[in-house]
Amino acid sequence: MNGLRSWIARRLVLGALQTAAVVLLVFALTEALPGDAAVAFAGDQPDPERIAAVREAMGLDRPAHERLAEWVRGLLHGDFGTSLTSGRPVSGFLADGFGPTLLLAGLTVLLLVPLGVGLGVLAARHEGRFTDRLISSATLGVYAVPEFALGVLLVSVFALRLGWLPPTAVGYGDGLLAHPAALVLPVLVLLARPVCSLARLVRAGMIEALAAPYTAQARRYGLSGTRVRYGHALPNALAPATQQLARTIDWLLCGVIVVEALYVIPGLGTVLMNAVADRDIPVVQGLAVVFGLATVVLNLGADLVTHRLAPRSEVAA
Amino acid sequence: MTAPHDRHERFPALRRRGFLAAGAAGAGALALAGCSGSGATQDTGDKADGAPRRGGRLRAAFAGGGAAETLDPHLGNLFADAARGKALFDKLADYAADLSAEPRLAETWEPNAALDRWKVTLRQADFHDGKPVTAADVLYSYRRIADPDKAYRARASLEPVDLTASRATGERTVEFVLKRPTAEFPNVMAAFGTYIVQDGATSFDRDPVGSGPFEFVSFTPGRSTVLRRNDAYWDGAPYLDELEFVVANEESARINALLGGQVEYAHELTPATGRAHEKAGTIGIVRLRNSAMQAFAMKTDRPPFDDPLVREAFFHIADRAELVAGALSGAGEQGNDLFGKGYEYYADELPQREQDLDRARRLLKRAGAEGLKVTLDTSAVAAGFTEAAGIFRDQAARAGVAVEVRMGSKDSYWKDILDSGTLCCYRSGAMPIESHISQRLLTGSTTNATKWQDKKFDALYQQAQSTKDKAGRAALYGRMQRQLHAEGGFLVWGFGDWILGTAPNLRGVAREAPANTLDWARFDKVWLA
Repeated sequence: MNGLRSWIARRLVLGALQTAAVVLLVFALTEALPGDAAVAFAGDQPDPERIAAVREAMGLDRPAHERLAEWVRGLLHGDFGTSLTSGRPVSGFLADGFGPTLLLAGLTVLLLVPLGVGLGVLAARHEGRFTDRLISSATLGVYAVPEFALGVLLVSVFALRLGWLPPTAVGYGDGLLAHPAALVLPVLVLLARPVCSLARLVRAGMIEALAAPYTAQARRYGLSGTRVRYGHALPNALAPATQQLARTIDWLLCGVIVVEALYVIPGLGTVLMNAVADRDIPVVQGLAVVFGLATVVLNLGADLVTHRLAPRSEVAA
Repeated sequence: MTAPHDRHERFPALRRRGFLAAGAAGAGALALAGCSGSGATQDTGDKADGAPRRGGRLRAAFAGGGAAETLDPHLGNLFADAARGKALFDKLADYAADLSAEPRLAETWEPNAALDRWKVTLRQADFHDGKPVTAADVLYSYRRIADPDKAYRARASLEPVDLTASRATGERTVEFVLKRPTAEFPNVMAAFGTYIVQDGATSFDRDPVGSGPFEFVSFTPGRSTVLRRNDAYWDGAPYLDELEFVVANEESARINALLGGQVEYAHELTPATGRAHEKAGTIGIVRLRNSAMQAFAMKTDRPPFDDPLVREAFFHIADRAELVAGALSGAGEQGNDLFGKGYEYYADELPQREQDLDRARRLLKRAGAEGLKVTLDTSAVAAGFTEAAGIFRDQAARAGVAVEVRMGSKDSYWKDILDSGTLCCYRSGAMPIESHISQRLLTGSTTNATKWQDKKFDALYQQAQSTKDKAGRAALYGRMQRQLHAEGGFLVWGFGDWILGTAPNLRGVAREAPANTLDWARFDKVWLA
């Protein structure tokens, strides 16, 4: 257990360093983009005097390292800084965008796990037969459809043609939960590809585990097929799926821009896109911190779960 | 010196967000326009649409500014800002459909003989809190905009006004003292973002108090703004009970929300969407003509375009019909190398220029510019830019000119093309022709993308500004436009439509209001049938 604890501590320290590196990289890259917040703000009226005034008002006339150092000092006190464009606190941007993103991600994951695992197991149980071929080709086919195309298709059919569901969540803002119908299509789009990849991973893992020596041994001991399948083979099959699931959750938490734009859900992806377009560096950096930490924590969590499901050292050759 | 020129910056900046909304082309989102304009346009609308009905909530979808949005009317930059600004606030004047200034909060204006002092009398109007709009509010608003420590967009527009010397001469009368004769001073009062706020107001996001047709209810940046009818509005209470602006940056989301009955008004649609739904007829498509000038800007101060023969040759290379059909998907009209088609003072007597490749070749030969190679800067910053560049490259090849198209960053495009390069794609939203000249075509203009610097031309402009008689000014603007048509730096090939979608039950939407004018995105004269 001590070994595990120090391993977690090392991972967390490493994660913090990785996040810091990401933030530095993001800062450098945003700085390297042509134009700054003042130029973006001036838009099609790039009157040089006005750009200079905006630059001064935003503090952009100070050297980059000074601005970065100031921001880091604030961050150490839990202050994410102030948006260049609006003068409002960055934490507000993050909080506002996080709600819708979390809601979408939560709903998606809630449906994703049973669906993905269920389909995978079902296919594995019928390996090579009709059910398997149906599930395998359907998941492959759906996986090949990009989110945007699927989103447009679903809107045309279910919202515009059949009129069953609202086409967008425009104007609902924080009241998304009060309009569950508006969430159906975006969650379907978000589910589509992850369900496919998860199901295929579980299927492959299951088939492999069922063919492994330890399941054969378990059968020889006279354990029931159900127990072998779900007590022994499935946990092993889930180990790779857990890693995939962590990546999926990370993807969802970072805001899926395509889905947010198509269905007008103002989550973190929208905040990021606007901030980059405005060269609103403090907001971009705040998002980089949040995204970086989310990635580190999720991967750590996935490793822990994997370790629990299939402790490598104990797997028989 | 730069003075006269930077006035009237009323172009919308269309910040990046605009980009998702493919139509960004128009640019000018500004809302200005014609007030009394309710007159002409609105009346026609009314007749076709039946008797106005009171009540209901209108939801209007715009591309917006995300979480950084503000209701400060002086900070507005986007179409959405302009539409919200005009719902909550008023300006002293605004633009009619032909971009002439019409009185709004100003009831009358009267210059002195030298045109450098203007006496403006305010109409009787109240703010939403019941206080009257006074001369003090006007002076406070203008001084706030002109604050040198702030970079308010309209600051440059107010440059001609000496705000220290200007004063209130009564409760409702202001005497504006100008730094020089300015015959088109009403354009200044109508300029983008010159809204009148209450004396002393500094914060607007919680509870903005204006004198406009709608009062504040709630505001969530980047998501929704809810307003309600101002029953005491001086120009007649709106028909709608409530007005909600919702933000949808993606064009497909705006049209889907309209088709699905989630909004009644979708701003800024693409030509393809417009065509598809014009035929289907399930929603209304409104095309606001002459909203977005499309041009190629030639830098007249450097080779090869410092030679007027080369510029003339390029004028004859362009097949404008093909450009409009290809780059604007047919949603627009041909240009004649002049800004402001359909606007007051536009020189429409000049013959339409046509493609003439033989003549172009002869001109290039005379200029010693055979085998010319030119780089054309473009970017995805506005609808139609990259398409126009590709089409023009092919047209130029037929005249023996090799055009290399260079794609630039859309976030810094306008700044990049201002001083560098020789040829670039250019567009402009609606503004008075005089403003186009003062912003872009005088020696001291701050956004002079063609580097057109001509002392005689400057002198004609100053002369026009000192000419009280309108016919006299029209003659001077005519001379200036003839010169630009013959040898200017703007190859204006088209004017794009601004396309809106409306729900079948939405009535009274003005159809003759270029984006930027008073009747554009004006919701106090529309109703839900």
